[in-house]
Amino acid sequence: MAAVQETVDKVRSVEVDAYKYGFVTDIESDMAPKGLNEDIVRFISAKKDEPEWMTQWRLDAYKRWLTMQEPVWARVNYPKIDFQDLYYYAAPKRSPGPKSLDEVDPELLRTYEKLGIPLREREILAGVEGAAERRVAVDAVFDSVSVATTFKAELAKAGVIFCPISEALQTHPELVRKYLGTVVPVTDNYYATLNSAVFSDGSFVYVPPGVRCPMELSTYFRINEKNTGQFERTLIIADKGSYVSYLEGCTAPKRDENQLHAAVVELVALEDAEIKYSTVQNWYPGDSEGRGGIYNFVTKRGDCRGDRSKISWTQVETGSAITWKYPSCILRGDESRGEFYSIAISNGHQQVDSGTKMLHLGKNTSSRIISKGIAAGRSDNTYRGQVFAHRKAKGARNFTNCDSLLIGDTCGAHTVPYIESRNASAVFEHEATTSKISDDQLFYCMQRGLSGEEATALIVNGFVRDVLQQLPMEFAVEAQKLIAVSLEGSVG
Amino acid sequence: MNPRPPAIRTKAETALADSFAHASASLPGGDAVRGLRTRAFDVFHERGLPNRRVEAWHYTDLRNFMREAYPIASGASVAPASGLRVIIHDGVCTLPSCALPVGLKLTAMRDALAGASDDLIHALFPDQGADDAMVAFNAAMARDGVLIEVAPGAQIDATIELSFTSSGDAPHGDISRSLVLVGEGARASIVESHAAPVKVQRNSALIFSIKAEASLSHVFETCADSPELHVSTLIAEVGQDASFSSLAFVSAGEVLRRQAFVRGSGERAKIALRGVSLLKGKQHADTTLVVEHAVPHGESRELFKTILDGEASGVFQGKVVVKPHAQKTDGGMKSQAILLSDDASMYNKPELEIFADDVVCGHGATVGQLDEDQIFYLMARGIPRVQAEGMIIEGFAREVLEFVEDETIRERLGAELSGWLARRAS
Repeated sequence: MAAVQETVDKVRSVEVDAYKYGFVTDIESDMAPKGLNEDIVRFISAKKDEPEWMTQWRLDAYKRWLTMQEPVWARVNYPKIDFQDLYYYAAPKRSPGPKSLDEVDPELLRTYEKLGIPLREREILAGVEGAAERRVAVDAVFDSVSVATTFKAELAKAGVIFCPISEALQTHPELVRKYLGTVVPVTDNYYATLNSAVFSDGSFVYVPPGVRCPMELSTYFRINEKNTGQFERTLIIADKGSYVSYLEGCTAPKRDENQLHAAVVELVALEDAEIKYSTVQNWYPGDSEGRGGIYNFVTKRGDCRGDRSKISWTQVETGSAITWKYPSCILRGDESRGEFYSIAISNGHQQVDSGTKMLHLGKNTSSRIISKGIAAGRSDNTYRGQVFAHRKAKGARNFTNCDSLLIGDTCGAHTVPYIESRNASAVFEHEATTSKISDDQLFYCMQRGLSGEEATALIVNGFVRDVLQQLPMEFAVEAQKLIAVSLEGSVG
Repeated sequence: MNPRPPAIRTKAETALADSFAHASASLPGGDAVRGLRTRAFDVFHERGLPNRRVEAWHYTDLRNFMREAYPIASGASVAPASGLRVIIHDGVCTLPSCALPVGLKLTAMRDALAGASDDLIHALFPDQGADDAMVAFNAAMARDGVLIEVAPGAQIDATIELSFTSSGDAPHGDISRSLVLVGEGARASIVESHAAPVKVQRNSALIFSIKAEASLSHVFETCADSPELHVSTLIAEVGQDASFSSLAFVSAGEVLRRQAFVRGSGERAKIALRGVSLLKGKQHADTTLVVEHAVPHGESRELFKTILDGEASGVFQGKVVVKPHAQKTDGGMKSQAILLSDDASMYNKPELEIFADDVVCGHGATVGQLDEDQIFYLMARGIPRVQAEGMIIEGFAREVLEFVEDETIRERLGAELSGWLARRAS
C-alpha cells in the first residue's frame, strides 16, 4: 500500500492544472528554416551525413506525402495544422565529434536532472524486495536529436547495438537498410509518410541471436523549441531467440501553441524473440482551457515475423492535447503472440483516440488486449481497435477487454472495436463496459477517512491494476503517480 | 463521415438519379413533401451509393453489390388479402378487405400524403438516419407504403401482417415507406415478411412512433424467395415508459442490409432489438444498429446470433449512443457468431458512444466454431455428427426466438430454423 499512499501524497502536493514538466530549457539551438520542401528534406539528410539511398528514400516519401490527405476518421477535433508553419529540424547546438556526456551542454544536463532521468551512469534503482540491481540504459532525444546514450560499452559486450538511428546509419547501414520501413512502409499513412521524409533521429536497437539484453533500454523524448515538430523514428530488431525490454518517456514544456509530434516506431521480432515495449506518455496536455498541448500522431507497429515470437505493448497515456495512436502487432509467424495493455487517461480538454490492431496471419497465433480508458473533465476518450483473422490463420485466438470509467458528466467515453474473422477456427472474444465509480465504493473509502479525491485515486489505481502490473517496476511507480496527477481537480 | 463526393458516378448511380428525374413530378405529396424529397435526393446525389469508404457501410459495399440498378416498378394494386394483412406489391399498398379491430386505422400512404398534416410529414421524414444515402433515396422516391394508426389506449390483439411482394416479370426495383403511429398506452404487434419471385432490389423503410406507455412488438422475416438485394431501414422513436421490441429472422436473400435507428426519447423507454441470421452459400447479411438514449433511465438490450456456412458473410455493427444528461442508462449488447465453414466470414463492430457518467453500458462479441467437446459428447451417445451440430446450433439460435411473445410466430420461426438445419444435414 506504500505506493498508494505515495499517490495520495502526490495528489495533495500538486496544484490544480500543474504540469510538472512544463519548464523551458534555454539552450542555443541549431534550426532549419521554417516550412517543408525538398530542400529541407535534403538539408536534414545532409546534416546527418546520410548515404545517398537514404536521401532518396526520404525524397520519395516526401513526394508521396504531397499526394496524401490528412486522415479525418478519428474522433478528434482540432484546427487544421499548417505544415509550412513548423520547424522540421531543431538540434541543441554542439560541436561535432565523439559524443560523451562531458560535451553535452550543462544546461541540457540540468534539464534531464529536472526530468529525473537517470542519465548519469551508475544511477541505480533498487529492485523489489532486495532483488538484484536494476539498471537502465538511456537514449535521450531532445527536440529532434539524440543527445546522449548511456551504458554503450556494457551493451556492446553483450553484442547489443543501442544508439541513435542517425549513428546506426553510419555504423550499421546494412541493418538499417534491411529493416527500415518494412513494418511501417513509407506509404503507410499521412503522418508516417511525413515522418519518413523528415525524421531526424530516434533510437536504434539490435539484439543479436540468443541474447537476453542485460538491462532495460530507455528513451526520453522532449520537445523544447517553439513551433517545432518532433519526428523521431525508432527501430528495434530482436534477432532469433533474443529478448529486449524497451521503455519510452515523453515530456514537453508548456506553450500556448500546439506542437506536433509524429513518430514512427517499428519492431521486428524474429523466431522465438520477444520484445516488450513500454511507454509512459506525458506530453504537455494543454491548460485547463484547452490551449496549447501536443498533437501526438504516432504510428507504432510490431511485426512478429518469426515463429513463436512475441511482442507486447504497454502504454500509460496521460498527456497530449490529442492522442492518435494505435500500437499494433502483425502476427505473421506461426504461434506468435501479441499483447496490448493500455491505460489512457484524459482530463481537461484532452482528446484520446487510441487502441490497437492485432492482425492474425500465422497459424495458432494469439493476442490479448486489455484497455482501460478513464475520462474526466471535458475530455473525450475513445478506444478504437481491430482484431482480424486471415483465412489461413487457423486456430487464431483473441481476448479483448475494454473498460471505460467516466468521472463527471461532461466527458465522453467511446468504444469502437472492429472484429473481423475470416476462418472458422478463429475464436475471438470481446467485452467492453462503461461505468462510473460507484457511490458505494466511494462511500466505503470515505467512511474510512479518505477524502473524495483520495478515494477516487485509490479506486482508479485498482481499476488500472491489470495494466500497471505489466510495466517494468520503475515505470509502474512513475505511472501510478502520473495517474493521480492527471486526475487532479476532477472530483468534487 | 464521407465528406468527399464520389469522383465518378457508377452506372447504377446514374440510373437511380435518372429515375428520380423522371418520377419526381408524379410522386404523391404537396409542396412541403416535394421540398423534402428534393433535399433528400440531394443528400443521395452528393453521397452516391454507399461504399467501403463510408464507415457505416464499410462491410457492405453497395457500389459493388449494385452494379446495375434495375428499373423501379410503377406497380398497381392487387387483390386484397383475407385477414389482417397489408400487401405492399411492387411498392404499392393494398389494404385488407376485412373489418379492422377497434382503434386500428390503415391508410395507403399515397392517400395519406395527398392531404398530409405537418405532424404526419414530420413523423414520416424523421431526422434519424436522414444522412444515410439509401434512407435519403427512399425518402426521395417512395411512392407508397402504409400508414398504420393505433388509437391511444387501443389494445390490438391480432397481429398486423405487412407482406412485401413483387410481380413475377422482369428484374426491377421497388421502394416503399411506411409509418406506424402507436398512441399513448396502446399496444400492437406487426410482422413484416419479404418475398420476391424474380430478381428484385428492394428499399423499404418502416418508421415507428411509439408514444408514452405504449408497446409495440415487431418481427422481420425473410421468405424462401427473398429479394436479391434488400436495404431495409427501421426508424423508431420510443416515448416515456413505452417499450419497443424488434426481432429479425433472416434465412434467405442474397444481399440484405438491415439498419435500425432507434431513439429512446422519453424516460424509462425500453428498447429490445434481437435477431437470428442463418446464412449459407454466398449470402451476405448486414445488421447495423444505432440506438440512442437521449433522456435518463433508458434501457436497451440487443442480442444477435449469426450462423454462417459456405462462403457466407455476416456483419454486425451496433452502436449505443448515450447523450449528455441521459443518466442511469442501462445498455447491454451482445453479438455471437458461429462459423461452420472456413470460407465464411464474420465482421463485428459493437460500438459505445457515451457522454454521461452515471450509466451501465456493456457489450460483448464472440466469434468461433462449434465446440468440439460438445459435439463429441453427443456423438459418444450415438448421434451422427451433422445432427449433433444441428442440435447445438438449434440451442444457440433458439435463445433468441424465445423472446417472441406470439406463440404462433415463435413456432413458425422455430420450424424454419429446424428446416434450415435439416436441409443443411441432407
